[in-house]
Amino acid sequence: MSANEATASEAGPAGIPAAGKRRRDIAARLRSRPVFAGILVVILVLFWVAGYASGSSFGELLSLTVWGVMLGGILSLGAMGVTLVYGVLKFPNFAHGALLTIGAYTAYVVAGLLPQGAPLRPFSFGWELIVAMIVALPVVAIVALVVDRILFRRLRGRDASLVLFAMASLAATFFLRSVVYLIWGSDFYFYYPGRANPALHLPFDIRIQADQIFVFALAIALVAATYVLLERTRMGKAMRATANNPDLAQVRGINTERVIAWTWLIAGALAAAGGVMYGLASQLRPEMGFFLLLPIFASAIMGGLGSPVGALVGSIIIGIAEQLSASFINPAYGPAVAFVLMILVLVVLPQGLFGRSGE
Amino acid sequence: MTDAELAKASLIFVPLFLLGMMVIPVRAIFRVPLAVVAAFVVSLLLVAGLATGTLTYLVSFSTMAAIYAVLCLGLNSQWGLSGHVNFGVAGFFAIGAFTSALFTTSMPSGALAAYSKQAFGLEMPFLVGVLAAGIVAAIIGFLVAIPVLRLRTDFLAISTLGIAEIIRLIFQNERWLANGPQPLRGIPQPLSCALAQPACSWLPQPIVDWLAPVGPRNYIFLYFAIVSIILAVIYLLLERISRSPWGRVQRAVRDEENSAAMNGKNVTGFRIQTFVIGSFIMGVAGALYAHYTVSIDYSHFNPLFATFIVWVMLMLGGSGNNKGAILGAFAVWAVWTGTAFLIDFATPAMQAISSDLPSRSAYFRWLLVAILLAAIVLFRPQGLIRERKLVSDFLARNTRRKA
Repeated sequence: MSANEATASEAGPAGIPAAGKRRRDIAARLRSRPVFAGILVVILVLFWVAGYASGSSFGELLSLTVWGVMLGGILSLGAMGVTLVYGVLKFPNFAHGALLTIGAYTAYVVAGLLPQGAPLRPFSFGWELIVAMIVALPVVAIVALVVDRILFRRLRGRDASLVLFAMASLAATFFLRSVVYLIWGSDFYFYYPGRANPALHLPFDIRIQADQIFVFALAIALVAATYVLLERTRMGKAMRATANNPDLAQVRGINTERVIAWTWLIAGALAAAGGVMYGLASQLRPEMGFFLLLPIFASAIMGGLGSPVGALVGSIIIGIAEQLSASFINPAYGPAVAFVLMILVLVVLPQGLFGRSGE
Repeated sequence: MTDAELAKASLIFVPLFLLGMMVIPVRAIFRVPLAVVAAFVVSLLLVAGLATGTLTYLVSFSTMAAIYAVLCLGLNSQWGLSGHVNFGVAGFFAIGAFTSALFTTSMPSGALAAYSKQAFGLEMPFLVGVLAAGIVAAIIGFLVAIPVLRLRTDFLAISTLGIAEIIRLIFQNERWLANGPQPLRGIPQPLSCALAQPACSWLPQPIVDWLAPVGPRNYIFLYFAIVSIILAVIYLLLERISRSPWGRVQRAVRDEENSAAMNGKNVTGFRIQTFVIGSFIMGVAGALYAHYTVSIDYSHFNPLFATFIVWVMLMLGGSGNNKGAILGAFAVWAVWTGTAFLIDFATPAMQAISSDLPSRSAYFRWLLVAILLAAIVLFRPQGLIRERKLVSDFLARNTRRKA
């Protein structure tokens, strides 16, 4: 819309009113990345002020911010998958939340089969959860691949429209969710019901659990590994080539179907890790993936769809915003905060903070 | 045949006549008498031939299917006419339901006020509630459309999904608005006084005498007639506007956005218009639902029940085709209710697999509906009834003559 206006006035006679020009200048400047990043920072600062004004102490707000960063770590595991799939296949995968759920429940089953060891203090979980998570990674990766083989590959073969892809992913998400309901029912589960998980006392009054630090460290490690994979390996190069131009990639001898398969495997494995981490941080429930879907999409879009670094940065911003907002509005509205930020990004800077412009 | 059966037959006659008018493929002059005769015969046969329980079940099934059909028409005027991918049907459905409920219920008083809270209760008549539901949903749709419709299709899908979730969060958490997590009860049933004793005073005596034997327990027969009339009105209006020059512009905007813009059409404006119309119709559907179930809460409007199934209906029936939308609604709702019997049948087998499974059998139905959607997407994306590509009424007639 604004692009149309701009070309129209450039083509018109020279006498453009000064006010209109100034307004356009402001709009153009708003659309630059540094300025938009500044706006996001200002929004987070305003959240702090609002939280302070409604009676939270400095320490509480600092804790909320740190929790937000930790939540961002979990979100980034989902957002990476969404962004990779979007980059290569160019459709929003609504089934991604369900992959997180399946990862969490798979780890629950595996951890239940293993003998329960003593908790690895200061963490609240024992070695069996780590093993369970390592088992869950390939399981969910394969689930993601099977969904692609059954649904999305056939649609690709027909050159189907984006809407059909979106509908297919909606069908997949409800299918997977009903499977979870059928096997585990609608009850909540905990990996370690009733186990004490005391918060650590850090300087500046920050109260945080050791688990949260573990979750964040693991998320960063996995995101970094994915980044290295994309930037340094042959498969990563092939993925980026396919994302850029699938036809050209094929001409250059890249097996795009293989690239797509690897994309799903990576996205599925990351989702599994994200699901386990979220399950550890809160609880397991069949809808957990769907609740996370909106913040995950918001993060991926804010970072710029197709950009892994962007997914991490976007996730941390969304995570902080969600947690901080809990200090001055009903915490139930966390997803709404993520959503409003997403709309802001889409309207002002649709390519995101790190995405390629000119798409 | 008893008086009650005759009165029931007369109530079923209304939807059957409307159905006849829609499907009988002859010219209008012959269609009216044909539809009257067919509806008359079929309604008498239905009442005489079916057991009372079966008939009541069939009518309540059709009522719900007709409400879904209204939702489908609303979605079709967004997706079929303009190509908006609205994954937030549930949100507008909820707005309509709660608005109509707030407009028509009375403010809780006395001891009840402690348990039940709502922002206002205006005790307006049913039709005012329905109109208000449509208008409020349309206003929300308009406010949503301004920022969101400028987005690309995929972003539009994500955004509308988010909007529906937020609307649900609001109804879940704001107790002052519509009783928050607790259900909002006591939504009046329109014209229910016609069947009650004593009947409402403003109705003419013959009608009261005629309907009285039906009895308040069979109110659903009367409500089905009301819903089907509203469905028919919406269908006719949509058919009318999609044939008008306005509808042609809409299709042009959908298929060839750039050429439409070059021909001086305000593309954004036209896209917003269909979104608002669709929101209005979804709001009306919400109102019809609220007055049908009498008690509503936020959990009725989850993406499963209200968005996903509507898309399955529209995709099955055929996007861009209003008849297909109605057909799809009835077909999918039949599959949905039919699977309930199937699951009753399969309960012993499920019991054998795991003792937990029968209590979770409801999710089997979701599994089946998900598979149905996947199958439609894979094997028949155009739906049962294709969109009629129509450039001009006269052109179509000419080509038919040639063929």
